[in-house]
Amino acid sequence: MIEANLRVTIGDLVFKNPVLTASGTFGYAKEFAPYVNLHHLGGVVVKGISLEPRRGNPPPRIVETAGGMLNAIGLENVGLDRFITEKMDYLRGIGTRVIVNILGDSLEEYQELGQRLSEVEGISALEVNISCPNVKKGGVAFGTDPTMAEAVTRAVCAHTSLPVIVKLSPNVNDIAQIARGVEAGGAQAVSLINTLLGMAIDVKSRRPRLANIVGGLSGPAIKPIALRMVWQVAQAVKIPVIGIGGITTTEDALEFLLAGATAIEVGTANFVNPRASQEIVEGLARYVTENRLDGISEVIGGLILP
Amino acid sequence: MNQCEEQGEIVRQEQLAPEIFRLTLKAPQIASNARPGQFVMVQTTPCYDPLLRRPLSIHQTIGNEQVQLLYKVAGKGTRILAALPPGQKLNLTGPLGHGFDLAGKQAICLVGGGMGIAPLYFLAREILRATTPPKCIVLLGARTTSELGSLPRDFMDIGATETHIATDDGSLGHHGFVAELLPQHLGPGHQWTVCTCGPHPMMKGVVSQCRAQGWECQVSLETMMACGISACLGCAIPRADLSGPYLHVCKDGPVFKAEEVAWL
Repeated sequence: MIEANLRVTIGDLVFKNPVLTASGTFGYAKEFAPYVNLHHLGGVVVKGISLEPRRGNPPPRIVETAGGMLNAIGLENVGLDRFITEKMDYLRGIGTRVIVNILGDSLEEYQELGQRLSEVEGISALEVNISCPNVKKGGVAFGTDPTMAEAVTRAVCAHTSLPVIVKLSPNVNDIAQIARGVEAGGAQAVSLINTLLGMAIDVKSRRPRLANIVGGLSGPAIKPIALRMVWQVAQAVKIPVIGIGGITTTEDALEFLLAGATAIEVGTANFVNPRASQEIVEGLARYVTENRLDGISEVIGGLILP
Repeated sequence: MNQCEEQGEIVRQEQLAPEIFRLTLKAPQIASNARPGQFVMVQTTPCYDPLLRRPLSIHQTIGNEQVQLLYKVAGKGTRILAALPPGQKLNLTGPLGHGFDLAGKQAICLVGGGMGIAPLYFLAREILRATTPPKCIVLLGARTTSELGSLPRDFMDIGATETHIATDDGSLGHHGFVAELLPQHLGPGHQWTVCTCGPHPMMKGVVSQCRAQGWECQVSLETMMACGISACLGCAIPRADLSGPYLHVCKDGPVFKAEEVAWL
């Protein structure tokens, strides 16, 4: 039997298949080694890294909701130095592409992250989280203003030799406009969506269920919104789009590819079923074989409109 | 790292009290690797409602083949779990986290409250299996006698040195909180190691007495948890000094030395 061709290309990078794991849902990959053959995946996007370690938010940090969950982890991470010294050795050996998610509170922080990670062997690309507040600009998130989104993209691209993917926030009026700003800034790809801002209240205590009061909604509940946004962005920009948001099954992944995504990231599903990412790779292979396609790339953007 | 994903098959589902169930599953991979204090993540339904797995501590393993869980119906997930019949398959991940460490201890006291009793039975069996078992006093607390079911008997049957009960309503044993039993049963002349699991206020009471008496204390904690494998970072708890990085119950625990964590 000829193995199904699942290869996709993003910029100059060829991925063995379009299934990546979303930042913050897959640790630093090692956590999933008992459950997944990591080298079967198209790639791994590791937990977001900042220049300095971050403690994250106080507990409670998560709450389950209908078909989803809210989280307010607060970007807890080990910081750039420890990431390079403690996590990269393992990641270099997993046999798939490693994409490092980065986050900062100022343009300078993003630039420094981009620069320093360019010098680290074994990284395929950066995914820039622009949902953080810009501390110097009064706390408005980089990702909610097209001009600022363009500026941060330009800043990272100018300081790194790695391909740059920018991860978009859905908590905006017009996500396509942000995507165009990011494209103009020089990004090789956009990934979307990050979590949707939400809230839950304990009616007995009359208190918010999250210590942070509000948090990011993820899981199957957000998939239709994510799919709509991916479809809109795919039409608005020429660079490849990576679809994220509630992808749990092979069918979910195919929907995003049809809507125009070149690749997808599996997020909250990793918590529910630690084997989800690998099962989607296997499911896509079956789909290609059963439908006698030359490759999965035939599916991308294949949506038939009424 | 012996954790795995396993399709457990339900062997028995026993209702011990109105809302308390004991579930026995055939899950040899997990059973043969589990240590007292470790837990499993149980997928109560493949239909994503509720979405997340439920963390449940291991009540005991039986002959490297079966895993037993003791749980109280507390919400949607556990209600679904309670309705599952024998023969049904249930997806488990585990065994997860760090268990109790009692190597070389000569005088041990187990203090369990409510469903916190679940992991202590596994622990008691392990302790009492030794050829010359250490002294092992068991203190069990519940709101009312029916919540305890056959648990006091179970501990006596495996040879616990002493088993004492406290109930909030006085329907069995001491009328009051289980932590109040510690001073009268933990005599001088021994360097006690206390292992506790139960509601937060109960454990806090146990911990403060241990601190006052200079007894070593190990606590098994419970938090909201999405993944159980330290990817989501949702199960953060503050360290004793309230600074530095948070501890994570799934990976650093669920069993901690009492002095490692903050008792707020």
